[in-house]
Amino acid sequence: MSFIQRVRHLISLYAVEIRSFFVLAAPRAWTTDWGDHVPKDSETGDFVVFERVQKSYDGEILVVKDLNLSIGKGEFLTMLGPSGSGKTTCLMMLAGFETATHGEILLDGNPINNIPPHKRGIGMVFQNYALFPHMTVAENLAFPLEVRKIGKSDREAKVKRALDMVQMGDFGGRRPAQLSGGQQQRVALARALVFEPELVLMDEPLGALDKQLREHMQFEITNLAHDLGITTVYVTHDQTEALTMSDRVAVFDDGRIQQLAPPDVLYEEPENSFVAQFIGENNTLSGTVETIEGGACTVKLASGDIIDAKPVNVTKPGEKTLVSIRPERVEFNKDRLQAGAHTLKAEVLEFIYMGDIFRTRLRVAGREDFVVKTRNAPDQVRLKPGEQIEIGWLPEDCRALDA
Amino acid sequence: MGLPPYATTGQRIWYYAFRVICGLIFFFLIAPILIIIPLSFNAEDFFTFTPAMLSLSPEGYSMKHYEDFFTNNDWQQALWNSVTIAPMATLLSVGFGTLAAIGLSQPHVPFRRAIMAILISPMIVPLIISAAGMFFFYSRIGLQGTYWGVVLAHAALGIPFVIITVTATLVGFDRSLTRAAANLGADPVTTFFRVQMPLILPGVISGGLFAFITSFDEVVVVLFVGSAGQKTLPWQMFTGLREQISPTILAVATILVAISIVLLATIEVLRRRSERLRGMSPT
Repeated sequence: MSFIQRVRHLISLYAVEIRSFFVLAAPRAWTTDWGDHVPKDSETGDFVVFERVQKSYDGEILVVKDLNLSIGKGEFLTMLGPSGSGKTTCLMMLAGFETATHGEILLDGNPINNIPPHKRGIGMVFQNYALFPHMTVAENLAFPLEVRKIGKSDREAKVKRALDMVQMGDFGGRRPAQLSGGQQQRVALARALVFEPELVLMDEPLGALDKQLREHMQFEITNLAHDLGITTVYVTHDQTEALTMSDRVAVFDDGRIQQLAPPDVLYEEPENSFVAQFIGENNTLSGTVETIEGGACTVKLASGDIIDAKPVNVTKPGEKTLVSIRPERVEFNKDRLQAGAHTLKAEVLEFIYMGDIFRTRLRVAGREDFVVKTRNAPDQVRLKPGEQIEIGWLPEDCRALDA
Repeated sequence: MGLPPYATTGQRIWYYAFRVICGLIFFFLIAPILIIIPLSFNAEDFFTFTPAMLSLSPEGYSMKHYEDFFTNNDWQQALWNSVTIAPMATLLSVGFGTLAAIGLSQPHVPFRRAIMAILISPMIVPLIISAAGMFFFYSRIGLQGTYWGVVLAHAALGIPFVIITVTATLVGFDRSLTRAAANLGADPVTTFFRVQMPLILPGVISGGLFAFITSFDEVVVVLFVGSAGQKTLPWQMFTGLREQISPTILAVATILVAISIVLLATIEVLRRRSERLRGMSPT
């Protein structure tokens, strides 16, 4: 082995240590150079990586428990969950406003735990926009460029481009207080993008807007993120927002990711009862597994009825289970069910006309909150309260989950 | 707010009585201040309105007391002392008071309320007690009777005003703004000067003005802590009242009232500006 080979070998052995030393000691631009010579995670497509991250504010209760998550470059990932589920804490750790109690967060292969927020170069849209009230819109946008010592003409060009991007080109001279909520939102977005970060974080940015504007902005943000090729981590408690905007959704509850999947998989194949309940509307029935073979099982409900289901996280007969069926997958037309499928007796309690769909509430197996949604088609049956019907479903639409 | 048509006789009486009471309160508050203004133009060396003044004849009035103020050595020395002590005391109050207010508004500071109470105590404790305490303390450490002794004493009196006004501005200060600044790449020092400072500036300035007025008007503490070399305007007025009863005091008082009015007007303008900036009302 020649001397140079030995040195190379040594360097590759201690690549991580050497890199983290330079990441801490050197300015960012320099470390990016280094990155080209040392293998790093981003080559596997992991731009942001959470490795066994834990967070506790008081040293006892873990707000984030053992989080492992990797986000690819250019991906739009949403952290979805009820309040207190740890999603915002994760975002704040990524932005650098909170420190992880345990574990490591990597950005483009570099550990960032010890990098202060102002050196991370991550864009962020805050929940309340956090626009500087004493500066005009243009000054707000120029701020990140000024602190980066970018020349005046270059700065003005970038500010103008960013404002045009969010259709706010004519508002550069206004103060934030003179703008509507939607306009402030756009300015906040432009400010987070103006210094061309590769990663942008959004903390419930649309929460304060009315429904129509929110839907419009959802569309605009997703388009912008994809057009610019930036990686986006988006936090929301609104599941519709999560489903319509994201490439992948991480459902948080109790400090853990309950499921990480693209929106369609999340909705159609929830892996546990929390996800099934949290995403979209769901009918749940509790019972015990009666038989289980191959990809199908039968579940005995508390009422004694037997139903068909698909085992998801039940493994053997006798286990307690919560089965979940989407309201739009319940069938009361016997012809469309498989031969020999189990059916349940149901009594119609309420019929609600909602325009595009009908929403029918049934009493099924002792529960009065069983909902069926049907499309308002010309041949659709409109059930009347008091009617006795029989309902069933395809076995794969009824998922037997943890109790 | 007028009287509604269904008002009863009792309500009508109360409505007018209320106005009369308010008028009387204003009169008692303002009359003593207003009365000194014409008196300070008295052509005679009296504290009363002369017949010539009452008949509004020009001979009854003169600027001689103002002239006296601007030419008399004692008064000029006192003015100079006030003008050198007050700004320095203000500077110290503003610096320490602002830092204290920012520090105390952090959520994780232990014993916040206790520290706050101690810092504000000079405003609550009777002045004579603070003054006596300062006298003994400053004599011990050799500050009694020095310029810096008076400046420090006045700064201690001014700090509570700054803390209170800056804390009040910080209550409305959105912490996510400093986070946003950090996120956009500004280091903590830049964040403080570019984002936090401009937004709390109205509070800092109005606190500073209060501190300035406190130092400029203060007589008790300076009597204890100062010596003849630090004789300020209020001290000179106090001795003038006891020893030579000259209407020059009235001229000085008028000047001080004018300065106070200008300063208070500045505070009000600044307050409105800050509210506008924080988007509380449209421009």
